Amino acid sequence: MNNIINIANARIQKGIVTENLDLIGSKLKTEIQKKFARSLFLREVDTGSCGACESEIISAINPVYDLQRFGVDFVASPRHADALLVTGPVSLNMSLALKRTYEAMPSPKFVITAGDCALDGGPFKGSYYIEGGVSKIIPVVFHIPGCPPKPIDLVLALLLAVKNLKRS
Amino acid sequence: MKYLEFKIAVLERTGLDERAFRESGSEIYIAANLENFHGICLLLHSILSSPVMLYFAEDNVKTSGVYTLRCGFLGKKIQRWVFVVVDIPKDNLNFPAISKDIVSAQLFEREIKEMFGLIPAGSPDVRRLRLHDEVWPDGYFPLRKEFVKPEKTNNTGKYYVFDRIEGEGVFEVPVGPVHAGIIGPGHFRFSVAGEPIINLELRLGFAHRGAEKLFEGKSAKEAQIFSECISGDAAFAHSLAFSLAVEQAAGIDVKENVKINRAIGLELERIYNHINDIGGMAIDVAFSYSSTLASIVKENILRLNEKLSKHRYLKGSNGVGQCALIKDKESRVCLLEVLSGAKTDIDLLKNILFSSVSFMDKVDTTGTLHRKTAEDFGVTGLAGRASGLELDLRRVFPGIYEKTSFEIIRGDKGDVLSRLNVRFNELAVALRVITELSGQINFSGKEDSPEAIIISGTGLGAVEGWRGPIIYWVKIGKEGKIERCKIVDASFNNWQALSCCVHGNIIPDFPVCNKSFDFSYSGGDL
Ligand code: SF4
Repeated sequence: MNNIINIANARIQKGIVTENLDLIGSKLKTEIQKKFARSLFLREVDTGSCGACESEIISAINPVYDLQRFGVDFVASPRHADALLVTGPVSLNMSLALKRTYEAMPSPKFVITAGDCALDGGPFKGSYYIEGGVSKIIPVVFHIPGCPPKPIDLVLALLLAVKNLKRS
Repeated sequence: MKYLEFKIAVLERTGLDERAFRESGSEIYIAANLENFHGICLLLHSILSSPVMLYFAEDNVKTSGVYTLRCGFLGKKIQRWVFVVVDIPKDNLNFPAISKDIVSAQLFEREIKEMFGLIPAGSPDVRRLRLHDEVWPDGYFPLRKEFVKPEKTNNTGKYYVFDRIEGEGVFEVPVGPVHAGIIGPGHFRFSVAGEPIINLELRLGFAHRGAEKLFEGKSAKEAQIFSECISGDAAFAHSLAFSLAVEQAAGIDVKENVKINRAIGLELERIYNHINDIGGMAIDVAFSYSSTLASIVKENILRLNEKLSKHRYLKGSNGVGQCALIKDKESRVCLLEVLSGAKTDIDLLKNILFSSVSFMDKVDTTGTLHRKTAEDFGVTGLAGRASGLELDLRRVFPGIYEKTSFEIIRGDKGDVLSRLNVRFNELAVALRVITELSGQINFSGKEDSPEAIIISGTGLGAVEGWRGPIIYWVKIGKEGKIERCKIVDASFNNWQALSCCVHGNIIPDFPVCNKSFDFSYSGGDL
């Protein structure tokens, strides 16, 4: 394990990204402590994304960003999730699956979208085969712009989303 | 075989007139009619020993009252793309299916049928591919020019029927379209007897976003940006293939520096994806320590991408006739530095994986894709090469790669280990090729190419992306607007490899089989 840590330290030049990250991350952690009593579990749903949004979400849990240390984790089932993180313009084939995934979650629950596609179809706006945004199907409380949003943007956006969250 | 020999052989065996041949760069179009179309396709399939590489229709009803069908093969030895072209009159939409004789044509004909309403007569399978029966009503063909969206979609009352495997103790495991991981949508239906998988049926199309239709009416510039959204982890390869197609259509010359930069971009994309998938294979057999290392390497390449192109996935770096990633000596130094770090890490990663007995045990002989199966289904790219097929567009059309020590990497067994090895070896080649190419960039020359003028025409652009060939065929109309854009991502036909390779394996090994290919949902579904 030491090996990896050495490499991580050697390869990741400390820079503006990492410094900001620690700051934002610690705030995120405090906020999650307050509102979720320790952790926020997300279930990711791809409704027809190009895959780059997923790649960046996965990057956010690599050792450089290590989103998990701030109390956020991704779970395999909507039944274990506090929130959905949804990407893609919602292809017609995915709208039922998205709805059912949402319905399978226990309440209270909320939905965050990531990437321009998920807002209103983004580059796929006007297509015959998309619903044109996640909010057409399920209620969305927060959107993370970008094509794709960078990992640091995801962390920051999660902080804002959790901050804005009202107790229901 | 020389091109001329090939041409003579085709003329002799088909009795065609020489005027049936139209030659344009590396593209050959052979005009056929509905009687001889099937025969000529079969002939090309056998003398070129090529699967159907791209096969698509175009709506010319308004101008000439026909739909035009083009079935394309790759002549590796003659270094040409060879198309058979046939017109189908608008009042009789039948054409002779070739999928009853050539397996690799199957999905293309299903696509042609659902998108244009043309009927492949005699095809063994005419089910829809992407427009799911549950949501899309009958009689609407999106790629026809006069298409209007149905007023009502969803809840059509129809259902897709999966193949039912029956027998004592056989049970089904349905998975997806929402998967447990952070990954694209698709449905996998396993039939299992005891432990071994006896059948796997894939149902895809969940990521269908109508991409080809959206290209129509866009300017080349707009379309360029859009092509980067077809398959995000191959954004560079897609936009490069698109640029090449437009450059071919409009007869635009590309400078040497641009070619070098493009090859560098293509190889950088290969590096971060191969390393990502190697890490993915490790995590899929619960070897998370090594996958962590892989994710750091990937992150570093993404950051390098951002330094070079202002985008972690190299978006925005290709333009028609243009591409500048390594703009000055500093960026070259930065490139070489990051890559040399990556090389050290990759060597270490390889060491960790190959010295773990339990890891090797998991990947060896798992998920075997036999060479013959790969050949029949038209499996290309990394997946095909790991099963012993010799196909790499960088070899067929070397271009700038001629000036490097590029070599084609192949495996023989077609199992997960084979694909792992091909990836490691391709990583080594990519690192070497980039280093060699970066030394050949000329920083003194005038950088800016003038904005290219787009004229009407058709053209094909193809690159060997990290998964395999990505092919664009583009038709540009009079105002410089795209009239038709056909995209074939290697994933389209390659997905079939996954259902074949899992027979006899157990479900817990499925993730590592899947990751060893890592096909694109969005690239296949468009
Ligand atoms: S927002 Fe951009 S990166 Fe994300 S899925 Fe859409 S096209 Fe891909």
